Amino acid sequence: MLVSTQWLKDYVDFTMDADTLAHRLTMAGLEVEAVERPYAFLQQVVVARVDAVEPHPNADKLRLCQVFDGSRVRQVVCGAPNVASGQVVPLALPGAVLPSGQKLAKAKIRGQVSEGMLCSQRELLLGDDASGIWVLDPALPLGKTLLEALDLDDAILDVSITPNRGDCLSMIGVAREVAALSGTRVRYPEISLDETGPSIHEAASVTLEDPLGCPRYAARLIRGVRIGPSPRWMQRRLEAAGIRSINNVVDVTNFVMLEMGQPLHAFDYERLREGRIVVRRAQAGERFSTLDGVERTLFDDTLLICDGVGPVAIAGIMGGLDSEITEGTTQVLIESAYFQPERIRRSSRKLGLRTESSYRFERGIDPEGVPRALDRAAQLMLQLAGGVLATGAIDQYPSPLERPTISLRVPRVNRFLGLDLDAATMAKVLESIEMHVEQADSETLRVTPPSCRHDVTREVDLAEEVVRLVGYDQVPVTHAAAPLYADPPDPHASLRLQVKQALTALGFDEVVTYSFISEKGVKDLGLPEGDARLRPVRLRNPLSEEQAVMRTSLLPGMLTTARHNFDRGNLDLRLFELSKVFLPRPDQSLPQEDHHLAGLLAGRRVPHLLYGSEETVDYADAKGAVEAVLECFHLGSDTVRFSLEPLPPYCDPAVGAAVLVEDHLVGSVGRVDPDVQDAFDLKRDAYYFELDFEELFRLKRPHPGFSPLPKFPAVARDMALIVTDDLPVAAPLDFIRSLNEPLVEQVDVFDLYRGKQLGEGRKSVGYRLVYRAPDRNLTDEEVNALHQRITEKVLSAFQAQLR
Amino acid sequence: MEEAARSVLREAQEAIEAAGVDLKALDAVRVGFLGRKGRLTALFKQLGTVAPEARPEAGRILNEAKAQLEQRLAEAIERAKKEARRPKSRVDVTVPGRRPWTGHLHPITQTALDIAAIFNRLGFETVEGPEVELDYYNFEALNIPKDHPARDMQDTFYVSDEVVLRTHTSPLQIRTMERKRPPIKIIAPGKAYRCDSDVTHTPMFHQVEGLMVGRHISFGDLKGVLTIFVQQMFGSDVGLRFRPSFFPFTEPSAEVDIQCVMCRGTGCRVCSQTGWLEILGSGMVDPEVFKMVGYDPDEVSGFAFGMGIERIAMLRYGINDLRLFFENDVRFLRQF
Repeated sequence: MLVSTQWLKDYVDFTMDADTLAHRLTMAGLEVEAVERPYAFLQQVVVARVDAVEPHPNADKLRLCQVFDGSRVRQVVCGAPNVASGQVVPLALPGAVLPSGQKLAKAKIRGQVSEGMLCSQRELLLGDDASGIWVLDPALPLGKTLLEALDLDDAILDVSITPNRGDCLSMIGVAREVAALSGTRVRYPEISLDETGPSIHEAASVTLEDPLGCPRYAARLIRGVRIGPSPRWMQRRLEAAGIRSINNVVDVTNFVMLEMGQPLHAFDYERLREGRIVVRRAQAGERFSTLDGVERTLFDDTLLICDGVGPVAIAGIMGGLDSEITEGTTQVLIESAYFQPERIRRSSRKLGLRTESSYRFERGIDPEGVPRALDRAAQLMLQLAGGVLATGAIDQYPSPLERPTISLRVPRVNRFLGLDLDAATMAKVLESIEMHVEQADSETLRVTPPSCRHDVTREVDLAEEVVRLVGYDQVPVTHAAAPLYADPPDPHASLRLQVKQALTALGFDEVVTYSFISEKGVKDLGLPEGDARLRPVRLRNPLSEEQAVMRTSLLPGMLTTARHNFDRGNLDLRLFELSKVFLPRPDQSLPQEDHHLAGLLAGRRVPHLLYGSEETVDYADAKGAVEAVLECFHLGSDTVRFSLEPLPPYCDPAVGAAVLVEDHLVGSVGRVDPDVQDAFDLKRDAYYFELDFEELFRLKRPHPGFSPLPKFPAVARDMALIVTDDLPVAAPLDFIRSLNEPLVEQVDVFDLYRGKQLGEGRKSVGYRLVYRAPDRNLTDEEVNALHQRITEKVLSAFQAQLR
Repeated sequence: MEEAARSVLREAQEAIEAAGVDLKALDAVRVGFLGRKGRLTALFKQLGTVAPEARPEAGRILNEAKAQLEQRLAEAIERAKKEARRPKSRVDVTVPGRRPWTGHLHPITQTALDIAAIFNRLGFETVEGPEVELDYYNFEALNIPKDHPARDMQDTFYVSDEVVLRTHTSPLQIRTMERKRPPIKIIAPGKAYRCDSDVTHTPMFHQVEGLMVGRHISFGDLKGVLTIFVQQMFGSDVGLRFRPSFFPFTEPSAEVDIQCVMCRGTGCRVCSQTGWLEILGSGMVDPEVFKMVGYDPDEVSGFAFGMGIERIAMLRYGINDLRLFFENDVRFLRQF
């Protein structure tokens, strides 16, 4: 809300400057986001008199003016057609910065010195007239700045009002806070009314058909008004609050809303059929044209203000086109009402219609302030638009809203806040914001908040008022004592961190991508129809189709990230993300949220200019990362299998493997299938891995325990086989292991070679066997014999030759 | 004979010095003096010509000279062998180090870990919960009924009438209190979502929630814990202030501002000239929230707080564009 400090002074006395006031309000819970001085530039614009006007010797359209600025005469070049000797005008001095951004300096214009600039209304943002120099009131003192002369020295506070403080959505509401902060009282406007017309009850009536939706409805009638522009003071007040002036009657309703927080509505009484007001629920589907010219379809809980025939306004939100105040209006029915906040909010949201009025009603206005605001509006309308006020007011208020009286236990509140205030001090603080306080006993206060403070209903609310007005900085910092107890750490979270650290140690950068992706993103993975991942959780109100569904796989985000990096020339990538995917569960309202791990590798294996090479990553790099991850779960080669199937469709069938742990599918690793690379517009080869973290967490094993270090030396023997190319290198490995020779400690592949001399479709694989006895040194003869035996078995099992 | 031995020994010494650390030259010295035709060997051969009574003394002198020469040669050879192990030229110390390629945790992860570490040390346990959440946990149980203006504070992604993407990590307050009785000290880091996307908002972001509930926990205790947090996160010399605010699930509520880390409180663009930066929201748990989870607000009290991880990461590293976090450009990621 925009609060003019100048206007504020109509209701409360304070001596703080605007910046101090802003700070004090902020520290009391009314956050001031900015302090604007919209007319500060007028400090460089003075009231001046034109003493002489002559033609410019070098320009037909320019004139040379001799202008008296209060202390001396300056020559000013002016192009305005209306400038004339004797006028009192605004003179912007060299150094002034006008709202347009124009910076003035002493200059020569077509060879003639010009010491300033005469300004139009528009140039100073003080009116719409741009046709010529603004001729001022000749009575204004020469030499004074316009800021002072026109009384525009105002600071506008942009106050952010929290949703609980609807009472502060008005000048008086803010004044109440300022009064509490400066130890003064609010000065409420004096209202006196001349009721000279016949009784309102002869002309109008109000029926509340929905008293829950509208607990109170009051109205007054003025006849014989003359619609016209508002006086300048009124226009300025509204401008300062950011509201456009319309005409005197409408301006009064807005002014009183800004002043007191009570939204009002002015009807053209002659357009109210049968002179009746009926407040009722709309019928579902009922249509109504609001005064913004839009025909709207209503809902059955929309509250309507109707005349004897049909709707004339959507209660608390916006009036109707047919009954609005026009230039021809002469009779005005003023509405001041209290509508139930939830109803207004619901309707406003459903209709997509937010107004200054609905904003205040949905935050709750002062139900007891309804008649006062009505009278204030009548007073101002009579003053600004003339007319005759009907005697009396309508005020339908069948069941007055109750005001709570709250007990405040002083010791308890002190303990809760960490303060040590006596009852009298608390009472004084609460009274400063117009709460009624009685001391029940030495430790208890009975507090009745003012009717505008419907957010204060409980002891804790009073505690809040006390501490915010005393100042949060007055509460000493204390350190709570708590029992010495801790739950065991969450192993799931610990393992996730361990995996992340393992991957960063291997050179992988962690990425964080959006949990929502495009539906196309999932489809582009090429999943078969029926795959659960193709039926993601869908957002009702996504920001875009790109972010419309909750991801069922990390890969679309990962591939998009890879493309983003490729496009920026980052070609050597090792990325991973360990985060949630969301899979709907048919029988539950919330989806299954599982952690998955995805990785991506592309570009050079060792991207070091000096020591690296142009060799690019391949399947084995991706697989190695997977093995390192599995090691975090103590899953090693004895339980893990890399199998040809089942491969997901986004894995290149020639370069990829399913990852199985004890025959449970836990993921896959390989080259991103070229079709999928194309779908994600990847211009380079990429390898990926994808692991189901939840499945791995279930299958994890404890640390296998310590193996004693060997006491006797090992003996190594190699076996170089020539085999057919399609024989997995792991087959002889597994075969040798399956022989369960007690002296064979370890078998590894140490060499892999394909070459012309081996012949087409053949490869050479070197295996290194390590022999060791736990209790003695092995002899060469013993090892040679055993190695020979194993070699023969391998040769015959795989139809291999020795190289 | 003595004279001759001393002279040979002196010459041998000079030859050893001349040979320096050259192993070949040293070997030549050995051959030249101790070899079969060596100079010292020659003296031994002359022993027969010495008078018999002087012979033992001459023999002793020669043996001593031989022992001395052998020792000096051995030392010189040892020196030369050591020298041979040294490289011929000095290494260029400016040559680039051969660094293994290591990766980087995302700055959000790192910041979340650092935040958690501070609270973990204070005994707050880390808990987690669902990101697709029931309206009940995200709003209703936190004292934000439907049709309450406080819902305006958060633009919500809806999955259905009753299911939302959590707009904050606060549902973990409810889920934790439903699960266990006081005392409670938890933090809950995680993702949150709001349908808002501009320069200062991304539709997904990260928060850390905190909750402490027990007997006689006071607003002063809230200030205590959050002061410790701010000073350990941003430095003990950073000023902070608690400012009244509003959250439906706390009463009283406080925003915590820290002195601007860019300008140290003098006012700059980052802090909109105020000298202060808002970094977290907090407050005493509202009694309505306790009632929702079956706690007696007369028996227990507590405080809750929540902060945006991106915001804290931006302040720590001086990151000026929120969107960088989710673009995942490796040139960004590799800076942390």
